[in-house]
Amino acid sequence: MRHTWTLAKIRIRLAMRNRTFFFFTLAMPLAFLFFFVFLFGKGQPGMIAYVLGSVLSLTVMGSFWGLSVQLVTFREQGILRRFRLAPVGAGAMLASGILTNYILALPTVAIEILLCRWVFHMQTWGSVWAILLLVSIGSAAFSAFGLIVASVTNTMQETQIINQLIWMCFLLLSGATIPLAGFPHWIQRASLFLPATYLAAGLEGATTRTATLGEIATDVAALTIGFLVAFEISRQLFRWEPEAKVPGRAKLWVLAALVPFLVFGVWQNVWGHRPTIVSRFDMLSRGSGHAQTTPPH
Amino acid sequence: MPEPIIQADNLFKNYGAVEALRGVSFAVEEGEVFGLLGPNGAGKTTAVEILEGMRIPDHGSARVCGLDPQRSGERFKDNIGAVLQSTSLPDKLRVKEALELFAQFYPRRADTAELLRRFQLDEKRNAFYSQLSGGQKQRLALAMALVNDPKVVFLDEPTAGLDPQVRREIYDIIEELRRSKRTLLLTTHYIEEAERLCDRVAIVDHGRVIAMGTPRELKHASAGTTRIEVRLARPPADGALARLEGVTGCREFDGVYVLHSARAPQTIVALVKQLEAENNELQSLEMFSPSLEDAFIELTGRRLRE
Repeated sequence: MRHTWTLAKIRIRLAMRNRTFFFFTLAMPLAFLFFFVFLFGKGQPGMIAYVLGSVLSLTVMGSFWGLSVQLVTFREQGILRRFRLAPVGAGAMLASGILTNYILALPTVAIEILLCRWVFHMQTWGSVWAILLLVSIGSAAFSAFGLIVASVTNTMQETQIINQLIWMCFLLLSGATIPLAGFPHWIQRASLFLPATYLAAGLEGATTRTATLGEIATDVAALTIGFLVAFEISRQLFRWEPEAKVPGRAKLWVLAALVPFLVFGVWQNVWGHRPTIVSRFDMLSRGSGHAQTTPPH
Repeated sequence: MPEPIIQADNLFKNYGAVEALRGVSFAVEEGEVFGLLGPNGAGKTTAVEILEGMRIPDHGSARVCGLDPQRSGERFKDNIGAVLQSTSLPDKLRVKEALELFAQFYPRRADTAELLRRFQLDEKRNAFYSQLSGGQKQRLALAMALVNDPKVVFLDEPTAGLDPQVRREIYDIIEELRRSKRTLLLTTHYIEEAERLCDRVAIVDHGRVIAMGTPRELKHASAGTTRIEVRLARPPADGALARLEGVTGCREFDGVYVLHSARAPQTIVALVKQLEAENNELQSLEMFSPSLEDAFIELTGRRLRE
């Protein structure tokens, strides 16, 4: 734990010296915020909370991208090799990345909430405890997914391609950018197998105060289990050496990281009440005061 | 008799079809500077990385400070310091931060401010890693290897790729470490480095230790012959040089004929006569006392940097 904190402190300093970090961690999420407010919130103060949920989701999901790239860069440049000589384990190295991402995301999250409340006149603060919980566990989970990508790719090129594919799914099919209400019902149902959907739905529910305690608990549980499984898999697959290639069969381990979301997806599709997530956008844009609970047909 | 502080016993290691190590064994006593001398690809780095716990041998065993590098975890790492063949750190990490970061991983820590002074990095303490020259990076790597005040330091080609002036600076640092009675294991393909710095040397070639001893012992093992290097206007008649008086061995490297002679004056007289008879011309002639290079050539039939 001590080494994790030591590494996290230095990683935070390194990030603060990197202009790319400011672009992806601060400028881009804020650009999304202004764009979404312009697109959905103009003249509809009731929609600002919904927009905040989406933008918080994008901010948290961004943890996924940076960490995988950084880890692969460190491995390719032989930086990890030097750390291997010191009494630092794979767990500390990976956990420090997750902790760093979380700490660095917090100021952006705070700025987004304050902007919505004070500049864009969001009507309430939302469920602050739920927002904080989902941001925390969401950041850990998406960082861990990034670590898995870094663990199973052998080159930066591979990492970028896989990141792009996963990122597009997260971005488009989770409801964080395009409201799921606009998709056919089968896509809405398929989205329940994506971790990003639990984050986006949870945060939208928390910022708009339209989610029940049970729904938030489901989202937190899905992300927590997803995080634990993903972290352990990335720890098992961790490689210090640039020339150490991951064998093909080891890549199958990635499937194990999907298991929690397969289980949650099936459960939600069969017994759950997640359909509220797909109608929240409609409800808010119509100015309705009640959550719609009709499941998609 | 005390147990050696480093013990490599019959190490084998293959990378696919490449046999990197084929039964390497040696032992290093506490306070000794031991060198692995050999050409690139001889297996030196593999041997050192097994001892550092970074590679697992296919066969054989390694012990450092009485510990198994693979199984002793943090306790093992607390006792060793190492300079890798190429060290890399994040570009935006400052020199001072690098030393302090690595020092924090160990229970026993050297004074990092003192290390900065000792390795002439004080003025560069706030410089980013990317702003350092090759020599400064190597000095930092050496300083980082000492942050835990280790009993054993591994130096894998510590001067490779550095210009002569920087190389001399690194020699001075290594000699200082030697005076502090630290155990050093260094790999090199520079003969002069091994001769200058090492108490004992193991010559490694094709994954095997082919000779071991003090530089003096190894030089004497080369039969005490004088090396005569001659360059001729035309190639001599087949075997003519090898038959000259006093010559015990003759090889050709890149147009230079290297003769080993037990009676150098007689060999030179015979050489001149032979060239006159062949109507050949002597372009240059140099004589050398026996060196480690000679020992290496005798043992392997090749120059070290071929």
